[in-house]
Amino acid sequence: MIHIDEDLCKGCRICTVFCPTHVLEESTAINRLGYYVPLVKREEACHGCRLCELLCPEFAIFIKHE
Amino acid sequence: MIQSRDSAGLRTRYLARLAGRKHFIQGDEAAALGAIYAGCSFFGGYPITPASEIAEVMARELPNTDGYYVQFEDELASISAVIGAAWAGARAMTATSGPGFSLMQENIGYACMTETPCVIVDVQRSGPSTGQATLPAQGDVMQARWGTHGDHEIIALAPSSAQECADLMIDCFNLAEEYRTPVIFLMDGEIGHLREQVVFPDPDTVTLTPRRQAAPGETVFGGQTVPPMLEFGHGGYVHVTGSTHKEDGMRDVQTQAVHDRLVRRLVAKIETARDRVARVDLDAQEGAEIGVLAYGATARPAKGAVLRARAAGRRVTFIRPVTIWPFPHRQIGAACRSLRRLIVPEMNLGQLAREVERFVTCEVVPLGKIGGVIHSSSEILAAIQEGGR
Amino acid sequence: MSLRELNDPEYFDAWAAAVAPADRPPPDPEYGTRDPLAGLLDADLTAGVDTGPAQHRLLPYLRRAILPTTFCVGCGGGTVLNAFTHAVDEMGLDPRQMVCVTGIGCSSWIPSPYFLCDTLHTTHGRAVAFANGVKIMRPDLKVIVIAGDGDLAGIGGNHLIHAARRNIDLAVFLVNNFIYGMTGGQVSPTTPFGVRTTTTPYRNVEHPFRIADVVAAAGGNYVARWTTYHPFQLMESMQHAIAKKGFSFIEIVSQCPVSYGKMTNMSDPVRILEYFRDVAIHVEAARGMSEDELEGRIVVGKLVERDRREFGAGLRELNRERREALGAELAPDAAPEAAGEGVEDR
Repeated sequence: MIHIDEDLCKGCRICTVFCPTHVLEESTAINRLGYYVPLVKREEACHGCRLCELLCPEFAIFIKHE
Repeated sequence: MIQSRDSAGLRTRYLARLAGRKHFIQGDEAAALGAIYAGCSFFGGYPITPASEIAEVMARELPNTDGYYVQFEDELASISAVIGAAWAGARAMTATSGPGFSLMQENIGYACMTETPCVIVDVQRSGPSTGQATLPAQGDVMQARWGTHGDHEIIALAPSSAQECADLMIDCFNLAEEYRTPVIFLMDGEIGHLREQVVFPDPDTVTLTPRRQAAPGETVFGGQTVPPMLEFGHGGYVHVTGSTHKEDGMRDVQTQAVHDRLVRRLVAKIETARDRVARVDLDAQEGAEIGVLAYGATARPAKGAVLRARAAGRRVTFIRPVTIWPFPHRQIGAACRSLRRLIVPEMNLGQLAREVERFVTCEVVPLGKIGGVIHSSSEILAAIQEGGR
Repeated sequence: MSLRELNDPEYFDAWAAAVAPADRPPPDPEYGTRDPLAGLLDADLTAGVDTGPAQHRLLPYLRRAILPTTFCVGCGGGTVLNAFTHAVDEMGLDPRQMVCVTGIGCSSWIPSPYFLCDTLHTTHGRAVAFANGVKIMRPDLKVIVIAGDGDLAGIGGNHLIHAARRNIDLAVFLVNNFIYGMTGGQVSPTTPFGVRTTTTPYRNVEHPFRIADVVAAAGGNYVARWTTYHPFQLMESMQHAIAKKGFSFIEIVSQCPVSYGKMTNMSDPVRILEYFRDVAIHVEAARGMSEDELEGRIVVGKLVERDRREFGAGLRELNRERREALGAELAPDAAPEAAGEGVEDR
């Protein structure tokens, strides 16, 4: 399962652009820091590759296998 | 702290072999052996006249006491490694002369700011710049005080004999630990290369100031005038930075009160210790109206001149500051109170003389001599006699 | 409004009053006296921070209360911190047995203050020099240097190559964003030829270092280059560098969207990462290609691996020999001096 910590995200879009299966999209609402955080658009397309988790500069997105 | 890895008392036996007999050695060598006595476990250095002999002796001796001698690529690396080693548990030192001392200034400031105990030996030579590389001078006195940028205090001692090179080195290391500060040992090329009798003490009689480690709950960069240290590898997550920081070491450069509190404490740490650290060798004569104040190598011909003047019937007070910084102004002010005239011979153009002037009411006559030749006692005697009576 | 109008105090005041809410509070008389992080940096660093039902498993390694980082949006420095923390976790290292040594610059802020371990944040260019002292005295601790291209390859170049020559057991991660980022974007020794920066406003007329190659030639047991576009390979490389005895070095090519990007039309971190993706070429694929063919490419992978003896081991061996000889000298009939404190040396 994909977890996004809104309190840490700074809206750089790296996870959204580089996800190999285009799971994420940019939301239209800003977080408390003023950034557009990513939204999980197609969870079923997520392989759990964790590229988003490793690329994120802020530890704001991570995969937890439940 | 790794004071000495001496599982079988080997270091003590080794030093005991040095003790109790007369050695005929240079000031440089005496200083190096004094450092071994003081428990020095790390020397990072770079060759430079007239301090290279200190490095050579440390390279020979440190492996015998399980310490480490490393010759680095330059003086900047040397002082950096010394500070790093101190935080990893070493009693660490380096030795250099003017040009290298100039290079080290930034990190001496880092040691002040992070309160890192370490000893920096400056065997002064004739400058500025390359100057007279092989000849002595006392031109780094003000640099020792103000060489690094920003408000800071420093402790600096000046030996006048090879014996003092050995004895005062132990004091330098102890002062560094007691006040958690870098200490500058202001030798000069004259004393550094002077061969004299030196006697080393029984190692069991030498008291070393231990390094205080922080207990749980104690802060490492504040909370008391001299906070305890917390070395690396003790699970303390110590954060050491040269940026302005709070009591727990975390950087805060935005809050004016934090910087104010930190820097004022660093200054007060040494300032309030001024009288305790002050060491002045005072030889006052009752009724003397003329005095001579000299330190380091110059104290030798100065003492000679004073003795010659006294032999000729004149009353002369002789003042020899051993602590240069923080300047022992109370002791020197008191010693000069009844004087009319104070002669200050130095191998520079009057660096300590201007500090003396601030604290005495008598006339101060700087007797600066540069060019790598030390004063003769006749020159100083002439200055004593010149003032009449 | 125009710049001229903005600089006219009367005009500006009138404009400011017009746009400000009527109930704007008065200026704060205590500005600069309060500590904004008061109470946040105590021992239990995740206390009071609610990250919801799930928490990033690496948070215990970090000073969570001061996240998100002060890095710019999309800065590669955060990715390097991420890869580093993952590497430490996968290796099962105890951060209490680690010392991070950093210099000055954005990249020097990667572990300091975010990563929880003993930290020595030093002066510009000197991190490797300080690290020498730490490692020699405490060879049992993992000593890791993280700093930038200006810091390690510019002012600190000499210390870097000598540490490599010495083969001292350090892991040095040079984060190369081709610029002096923290000071606003001046040209650095790794800035590509022809690029505009604040101090090369027309174009850069100097050629850059291939710094990993310089270090490989100087010595060291492991030299590699990766980019922040290759976080998995980077993480593995970091694990190898930290575990390997001897001098290990990784040049980590990283994006600086603000200071580097602003004069090179690369302000979007995504764009820079795409650039890394497009020009990176693995060292195996690059084998046999000429220097001209490799112009503008970033060669990634392991460049050099050696198994030379580590510097500290040589020092300790010397001490053992000397103390044995001394022991025999001082008391010929006594038992031989015990070996030095438990450090495994080859």
